[in-house]
Amino acid sequence: MPGVILFAILALVAILSAIGMLTSTNAVHAALFLVINLACIAVFFLGLSAPFLAMVQVTVYAGAIMVLFLFVIMLLGAERVPLSSRLRWQAPLAIALVLALLAVTLLVAFSPQVQGNLVNPRPVPPEAQGFGSPQAVGETLFARYLLPFQMVGLLLLVAMIGVVVLTKDERKPTGHISENAQASDRAA
Amino acid sequence: MLNETVFLVPTSYFVILSAVLFSIGVAGVLLRRNAILIFMSVELMLNAANLAFVAFARSLLDQGGQVFVFFVMTVAAAEVAIGLALIVAIFRSKRSTDIDELNSMEG
Repeated sequence: MPGVILFAILALVAILSAIGMLTSTNAVHAALFLVINLACIAVFFLGLSAPFLAMVQVTVYAGAIMVLFLFVIMLLGAERVPLSSRLRWQAPLAIALVLALLAVTLLVAFSPQVQGNLVNPRPVPPEAQGFGSPQAVGETLFARYLLPFQMVGLLLLVAMIGVVVLTKDERKPTGHISENAQASDRAA
Repeated sequence: MLNETVFLVPTSYFVILSAVLFSIGVAGVLLRRNAILIFMSVELMLNAANLAFVAFARSLLDQGGQVFVFFVMTVAAAEVAIGLALIVAIFRSKRSTDIDELNSMEG
């Protein structure tokens, strides 16, 4: 029973912070609301026997990714994000579609076929002690999922190269080429 | 000990919460016109999916779900790095992060 009360409080905070992010007109406030939401999810992970993922969530998401977001927002000076849109008919249509999506998702989740297959969590049996600990997750990661792990490493390398290429200031070389082109035009 | 399970609540509670958070993320993508906020909404959707993964991993006592969440986080980190680099590159040429302004493919 204390679990249900804790779940209700955390779920409320998570949903309210998500709505706060959705409706805020300042990008920095939106990022901070998202940090609250990510922290709530981290607490859920902690309570769901996933301490390793909770720590990764805090360091990678609330740490690295949100710092990157805040850095870009402040670098660009793009804090003001007005709510208004040029397409007036879009907002009601979007809300209707989102509510339809939610209704369909819940309808499927509560259909007898799905509910019949859902297993409610029991206390961790003694033979599964250490479930979700860094050691256990690491053993699963390197034993059963070694190839996907290598692929993710490759993905990160490609992303890193892509970011370097994308943010490289290419005004100088193009200016140089166009100068050359103009010079050759004049010569001709 | 950290691996005490606090939330011995029915798995469907987590499915509902995950669905609600995912829907809020979808609403953010559809309603907001700012590229940075759209990215944040995508992060919210990924997190909602992660929550469902961890809840199912706990109820089935299968570590695979947690490993999958680990992969999702990695992909999200790569996606954010690339996306923010794109936003910075677009901001350099257009002086705006409003996606309504980006109606041409030319740089």
